[in-house]
Amino acid sequence: MQIKNISTFVILTLLTLIVGQVAADSSAGNGEAFVDWKVTDLAIQGPLAGLEGDPRRGRTVVITPTKGNCLACHVMPIAEQEFHGTIGPPLDGVASRYTEAQLRLVLVDMKQLNPTTLMPSFYKNPAELHRVAKRYQGKTVLTAQEIEDVVAYLETLK
Amino acid sequence: MYIKSLVRCGLVSLVFTLGAGGASAAIATESLSMAKTTGPVSGYDFLQKETQQMQDDDFLNPGMQWVDAGREMFNNLQSKDDKTCASCHGKNGSKLDPKRIAQYPVFNEKLGKPVTLQGQVNACWTKQLGYHPLPYDSEAVIKLEVFVHNLARGEKVNVQVDGPLKPYYERGETIYRTRAGQLDMACSVCHDNNIGKKIRGNTLSQGQANGYPAYRLQHGRVDGLHSTFNECYRLFRASEMPPGNDDYTALEVYVTGRGNGLTIETPGVRF
Repeated sequence: MQIKNISTFVILTLLTLIVGQVAADSSAGNGEAFVDWKVTDLAIQGPLAGLEGDPRRGRTVVITPTKGNCLACHVMPIAEQEFHGTIGPPLDGVASRYTEAQLRLVLVDMKQLNPTTLMPSFYKNPAELHRVAKRYQGKTVLTAQEIEDVVAYLETLK
Repeated sequence: MYIKSLVRCGLVSLVFTLGAGGASAAIATESLSMAKTTGPVSGYDFLQKETQQMQDDDFLNPGMQWVDAGREMFNNLQSKDDKTCASCHGKNGSKLDPKRIAQYPVFNEKLGKPVTLQGQVNACWTKQLGYHPLPYDSEAVIKLEVFVHNLARGEKVNVQVDGPLKPYYERGETIYRTRAGQLDMACSVCHDNNIGKKIRGNTLSQGQANGYPAYRLQHGRVDGLHSTFNECYRLFRASEMPPGNDDYTALEVYVTGRGNGLTIETPGVRF
């Protein structure tokens, strides 16, 4: 009984290692060069890397748990999704309260505005992060394009 | 019998997961007012009523099957020279002192460092019974730990944080407040700064350890504290640490010690 348990444990550990390795390899190609940004007047003026955002793609990023996962913490006018979180403020009408440039900084690195925030910095220099799991090393949470897409989507919430 | 009970636990957890939406609004306001109180609050108080009832009734609490399995090992699992845990600690652990169990993790003078309850169980397992050490947080050692910890159910958590444990308590607090992973989060940003708020369908608690090892509805098993630390770090997209290492032991000293005065609930039922 004991031996059976241990051999099961060894097999499971090996399987986990193999699966983990494959997962790490498959995501290795997605990294793109980090584009630096500057804070002026509590905002980031101008789109990251001069990219143009698409609100439709942005909405997908917002509701995808492995991307923006915004509904984990924010109530949003997205009725088909259940259980919106209550950690951050509701985002209905957010574009009439903040400018596009302010929203960009909030998405990119909220800790510039509130150091104790729970909100992940979606486009922080990966070199400044600590103890990142191997498969996410050297990568931002969202790409510059995805940040601009989400900004474009939030701009529709007037 | 064992499989049957596992299936039952699975079904129960499924029902509870699906039923999570129902009373959420009422709970959220309740917990918010709780978050404003200062002292430690058990994770129990953030649960839905149905889950609380499940924990309160030993016949409904799936963690009790793990306690039973641990008791079975404690009384009957013999070493080469026919010793069992009960040979030293009495049948069903009758010679163990619940007040002492409530003090874990404790500072071990001989080793010169803190020892968790599971670490102590494993030390007996190897030194007294002559077995190979069990991997930290593996099923067998969790069964023993949850059985022993359950003997102190009803006692108050009483970690001696002012003595030689102090540097470990402080190191644990540093880890608790240090951001990690791609999502750049720390234990404190949820369990200090946002207590009572909803993260998707779940209510954030204070992250207290007084129900641990606890039956986890979403996993269908009893989980140790260090595995749960790793579960959070995985969510942060941070590298995991090996359960039982010095950092997690220090984190356990802090997380348990900050709940001093709470009533031990092991086995708690948690989402």
